[in-house]
Amino acid sequence: MNAVTKTGTNPAAAHLRVVSDRGASSTPGIQLSGVSKTYRSRDGDVPSLRPLDFHINSGEFFVVVGPSGCGKSTLLKMISGLLPPSTGEIHVEGEPVTTPHGNVGIVFQNSLLLPWRNILNNVMLPIDMKRLPRQEYLARAKALLKLVGLEGFEKKLPWQLSGGMQQRASICRALVHDPKIMLMDEPFGALDAMTRERMNVELMRIQRETGKTVLLITHSIPEAVFLADRVLVMTERPGSIAAIYDVPLPRPRSLDVMSDPVFTELVQRIRKHFFTQSALD
Amino acid sequence: MAEPTGLGNVSKALNAAWIRPFLFLIFIVVAWDVTIRLFRIPPYQIPAPGDVIAVLWQDWPELARQSWPTTYATLCGFLLSAVFGIPLAMLIAGSKTVESYVYPLLVFSQSVPKVAIAPLFVVWFGFGIIPKVIAAFLLGFFPVVVSAVQGFKSVDPDMVDLARAMQGSRFQVFCAVNLPHAMPAIFSGLKVSVTLAVVGAVVGEFVGSNSGIGYVLQRSIGTFDLPTMFAALVILALLGVVLFWIVDRIERLVIPWHVSQRQDIVIAA
Repeated sequence: MNAVTKTGTNPAAAHLRVVSDRGASSTPGIQLSGVSKTYRSRDGDVPSLRPLDFHINSGEFFVVVGPSGCGKSTLLKMISGLLPPSTGEIHVEGEPVTTPHGNVGIVFQNSLLLPWRNILNNVMLPIDMKRLPRQEYLARAKALLKLVGLEGFEKKLPWQLSGGMQQRASICRALVHDPKIMLMDEPFGALDAMTRERMNVELMRIQRETGKTVLLITHSIPEAVFLADRVLVMTERPGSIAAIYDVPLPRPRSLDVMSDPVFTELVQRIRKHFFTQSALD
Repeated sequence: MAEPTGLGNVSKALNAAWIRPFLFLIFIVVAWDVTIRLFRIPPYQIPAPGDVIAVLWQDWPELARQSWPTTYATLCGFLLSAVFGIPLAMLIAGSKTVESYVYPLLVFSQSVPKVAIAPLFVVWFGFGIIPKVIAAFLLGFFPVVVSAVQGFKSVDPDMVDLARAMQGSRFQVFCAVNLPHAMPAIFSGLKVSVTLAVVGAVVGEFVGSNSGIGYVLQRSIGTFDLPTMFAALVILALLGVVLFWIVDRIERLVIPWHVSQRQDIVIAA
């Protein structure tokens, strides 16, 4: 992490491709066309998101980074179908989104496990909500818990687990109904720095093993670059796209990648977006 | 502590949680008795504890018979508070419109002294069980509503979003998330409610009844039979304690996962 704060020269700039051109890909994934959100309040309309156009490929690890209150969480709610966009259309796996479609798994900053359900039953919550056959998915839930290293904790109640373990359980819950997409809203923001790094490595492994499309929102630029195939940088409220960067780092990545010049250059480049912006404000 | 084992066992027994209130009770009774003897308080002002215990012993069948209607009225009033209070709280928490219409009036109505309007119920419903039940209900209702509203409102909206994003119907989400979440608050309201329902039933018996502990209280005051009056008070207190304990037991069964109950789980695990 120290490497990224070091101000360096520009030896690896050649590796950077600003604003990805992979957006026009043909995989279904997530497609946003002219999507904006304006909240109505008594004092008039409050624009939250300016029209956004972008595409996330199936199986891609897509990270959105932006300042507080730039409408990132609104974006996530619209993609999951909880909130209708004011303008524009969202397609998930080719289907237009109007109501909750259940083809997403969501992980919030807080694990939001129900304290009265044990870990296994918490993971099974989507199955209960979607009225899917419980027996068929029990094995899957257990396999997922094993995948995240929570084998043997099935019968424990959430408070008996550490914060990192709780968040792993909530990742299992997001995956149990086998959605195509995982939406993560600052999933590790409440964890300590060391646990957070470990969880990031773990998350990349889970994503590789399950092949899910991941849309992750974060405040942390190094985390964004470390995890992402592409990073979308958002401007301050009302949010819009400042840039989309490809991350040309090979996978699988380990934490050592953070001292790679490509990594540090990209982090600095993204950071500049926010500094110039606040200077202008 | 470097105590001999025999003494250690005795002090251990005396320190058990359930024995402490009894020790304190004995202390109060002794202090009561000593005060009466010391200041020569006449029995028509404060009876001696011995006299009260004697009445409890001798008149036990009569007192037990009279406590039945009070218990019955209390339970009916309490159950009505729960049956009407919890759904009303759901409506208030679920709809801003209902809240704005109902909640202020509810608070307003709570400020009306129940003792003052209790005679009205006697005028309407006669001397039977109904006025008592209504009085118990009116006292027990408010704490249930206030606690349950707070419980329903304190659900994390993200948690509800999460369940809705999994295509849970409104009813499913309510049963899986909102209701269990509100249970601890509902139970704390029920515990306050059940003790207040005892008060309500007695108020009902005060203003118009020919049975129940409230009736015994009033009759014994009229004849300056203070030992009987104190005996009736003891029975009322016992009734409150027993009902509270029952609700507390039910709470442990229903929400064993809650923070307040965790000690038990750790021991069980």
